[in-house]
Amino acid sequence: MWVYEKKLLYPVEVKECNPKLARYIAEQYGGADGELAAALRYMNQRYTVPDKVIGVLNDIATEEFSHLEMLATMIYKLTKDATPEQLEEAGLGAHYVNHGHALFYENAGGVPFTTTYIQAKGDPIADLYEDIAAEEKARATYQWIINVSDDAWINDSLKFLRERENVHSLRFREAVEVLKDERDRKKIF
Amino acid sequence: MDYTFRGSYEPYISPWDPCPPIIVKTFPLPPQLFMNFQPASLPQFSPAEALQHGSLWPALVDGYSKREGIS
Repeated sequence: MWVYEKKLLYPVEVKECNPKLARYIAEQYGGADGELAAALRYMNQRYTVPDKVIGVLNDIATEEFSHLEMLATMIYKLTKDATPEQLEEAGLGAHYVNHGHALFYENAGGVPFTTTYIQAKGDPIADLYEDIAAEEKARATYQWIINVSDDAWINDSLKFLRERENVHSLRFREAVEVLKDERDRKKIF
Repeated sequence: MDYTFRGSYEPYISPWDPCPPIIVKTFPLPPQLFMNFQPASLPQFSPAEALQHGSLWPALVDGYSKREGIS
């Protein structure tokens, strides 16, 4: 169960209409290394990891949904009231004819989200190493979006989100260390 | 923390490279790589600073700006 707070995790200020930037941000919204993939991956792996690290997956999955909400706010506001012509110029013509002004879980190239982006291997180390890799890939994606964005306000929020990837990566690394401490426990007790 | 959290290398540059060459390529080496498990009692930001940086812990923050020229 979740308790919803009707505010964003971190402020999102959108000062100008910029559908092209919205399209780039979609990579983190519905892309392979994006927040939706992260949230669904951790929320699902949670059931089959050792008890000691369930909480890490649960907490981070929950936070990823709050990141997803920030990205949705950015995409919505960057494209709100954009004309069909402006959307076409930004490479969102195909998006517009299929979805209008609605948001959709797709990457920057318009490829719809698929669960083949994520894995649950049922092996704690295999799963946690995937999670660490996912955080580093998301961090890199934020870097490249910042590099192609001239919007200082959006970049401030993206920088915040990038830093959260650092923190999550460390928490998953710590989860691996916690599991390493289980070595030979049966013999010692 | 004396880490810069960035690495660099000098790639081979051909005289026939079509784009103007980047002589030194820089890449992130974020703080978590050097930690694996966060030590206890690290210094903390104030709540307002923590929100701005995205972490309560200065030791986990490496920042990022397009001005760095990482690409």
